[in-house]
Parts: sequence; C-alpha cells; structure tokens
Amino acid sequence: MHIMEGFLPSPWWQIWVVLSAPFVIMGFYALRRMVRENREALPLLAVAGAFVFVLSSLKLPSVTGSCSHPTGTGLGSVLFGPFIASVLALIVLVYQALFLAHGGISTLGANIFSMGIAGPVVAYAIFIAGKKVGINEIVTIFFAAACANIVTYVVTSFQLALAFPAEVGGFMASFMTFGAIFAITQIPLAIIEGLVIALVFKYIVQLKPEILIRIGVITQERAERLREGWA
Amino acid sequence: MKYGLEIVVVVIIIAFAAIFLIQNAAIQADPGGDEEAWGGADGAAVDYIEEQGYEPWVNPFWEPPGGEIESLLFALQAAIGAFFIGYVFGLWRGAETTSS
Repeated sequence: MHIMEGFLPSPWWQIWVVLSAPFVIMGFYALRRMVRENREALPLLAVAGAFVFVLSSLKLPSVTGSCSHPTGTGLGSVLFGPFIASVLALIVLVYQALFLAHGGISTLGANIFSMGIAGPVVAYAIFIAGKKVGINEIVTIFFAAACANIVTYVVTSFQLALAFPAEVGGFMASFMTFGAIFAITQIPLAIIEGLVIALVFKYIVQLKPEILIRIGVITQERAERLREGWA
Repeated sequence: MKYGLEIVVVVIIIAFAAIFLIQNAAIQADPGGDEEAWGGADGAAVDYIEEQGYEPWVNPFWEPPGGEIESLLFALQAAIGAFFIGYVFGLWRGAETTSS
C-alpha cells in the first residue's frame, strides 16, 4: 500500500495531507487522554503498536506471484479505536519512509489515509457491529482485521487511480489496473492477518481480560463466556 | 475447543505454503518468464506508473544502499516489534504465575 516518494503529483499529495491531518491530531489527543486515564492499558498499547511494526515488515508471497505485506492495524483499532490506530500507523510509516525509502514523506498523507484511517475505521465499525449483533468476538475480530487489510489496499488503488486516470477508460480503467496489482494479491494475506490477530486477541483475553473490560472492548460476562469456551 | 483456533491457523498457513510451493514450481519451470518472480506489489505499481511516462517529482533523500541493508532494516523493524510483544506477554504471564 506504500505509494513511493514523489509518486503523487500536486494537488493529490496535499489533498491527502489535509484529509489525514485532523484525524491524526485527534489521534494524538485520544492517545494522551488514554495514557493519562488508563495507565494499566499501556502494555496493551505497546503490543498493538508492536503488531503494526512486525506485520508491516513482513513481505509475504501471494497467489498472484508477487509479494505484499499485512498492515497489522486491525488490533490497535479494535482495542483503542481508529484515532489511536492512526497514530500507530504514522509511527511505522515514518520509520519506513525515512530508513527504508519505502513510502515517502510527500506521500505520507495518502499512505496514512489508507493504512491509518480507512482500514482502522472499517475494522472498528465491523467490531462494533459484531458486538451489537452478538457474534463471537474472535470471529468478529478476524473479519475486522482482514477487512482493514483489504480496505487499505483498495483505498491505495483508489488514490493512485485518481492521480493517474488511464488515457482510455479514465478513472475506472485505472482503478481496475491498480486493484489487480494490489487488492487481489492482498486477499490471502488478509486472511492470514485476520487469523493471527484473532489468535493474539484470544491470548489477551486469556491473560489480561481485566484490561479489555476496563477499556470497554468486551464485557465481564463475555470475557467469562469466552474463557469458559477454552477451558 | 481449547486449541480450535490454533489448529485452524496452522492448517491455513500450511495450505498457503503449499499453494506457494506449487505456484513457485510453475513459475520456475517457465523459461520465458522474464519478469522478476515474487516482486513487491508496491514496486509493480511504480513500474506501471513509470510506463505511463510519469517521473516522480521528488526522490527519497536516503535509500538503503543495497538489498542486504534493506533486509537488515526490515528485520530490525520486526525485531523491535517482536521484542515488545514478547516482553509484555511475558510480563503478564509472570504476574499471573506469581499472584496465583
């Protein structure tokens, strides 16, 4: 999903910076409030951030014969909400832009929008909806994380298609081309990412359900039900 | 099902590994395949855009000099993340063992 340095012409890179900035600023406020009010949730925040680090560094081969990477933003988004997840994504994207020339500073706004905003918002919405309907949290979190991954790459295709509409067929033709490069490669990786994050969520419920209850991710009653299921 | 989820994860990862091996064999067997196998999707997008005649208007001010350095920095990124995950889960596990 990384749009490389210099690969978004004006005005597109500015537009994505303007769209992303308020969200990230909200993220910093949410983060500051969370750190002040829930100090015992800090290790969990570290785990969520660390997952974005690990997963976005792994380039996995996919069925299309090319490699791409998971995003890892689903976990942070489900646990702490999409605003804080956007800050976690920002940290990783800056690391990769500065040290790896993967992504870029001029394209940071666009890359945050796809990986740090669009993906996490969808993951969060799926998790909240699943909780309302009463589906098992492990199943919902699988779909939330997998969809966060896919949506990130669909949004990247969308961003590139807007900036580079095809001469024949315009935006839609270009969107299909970029979609073929990104989104299809991503489907198997999204499934694996969803499973890994569901597994980690299971271990958090087993080890530290009280933190999840405290930050409002699951209720006491649901935590006990889930733990009984694995006993 | 105590380990139901773990079993599902292992089965699916083995299935994807098998698909990878089969497909890799097909790619390697094709002598006419001049494209680099298993290239990055990000790079594929860059190639496509450059084919349209677009030149990036700014270049990264630092690029990892060589593939080995790049993989070092990617491995470092994963190691930093893995350190924190292991530390926190170990901390929780230890706290639970001590208190019970």
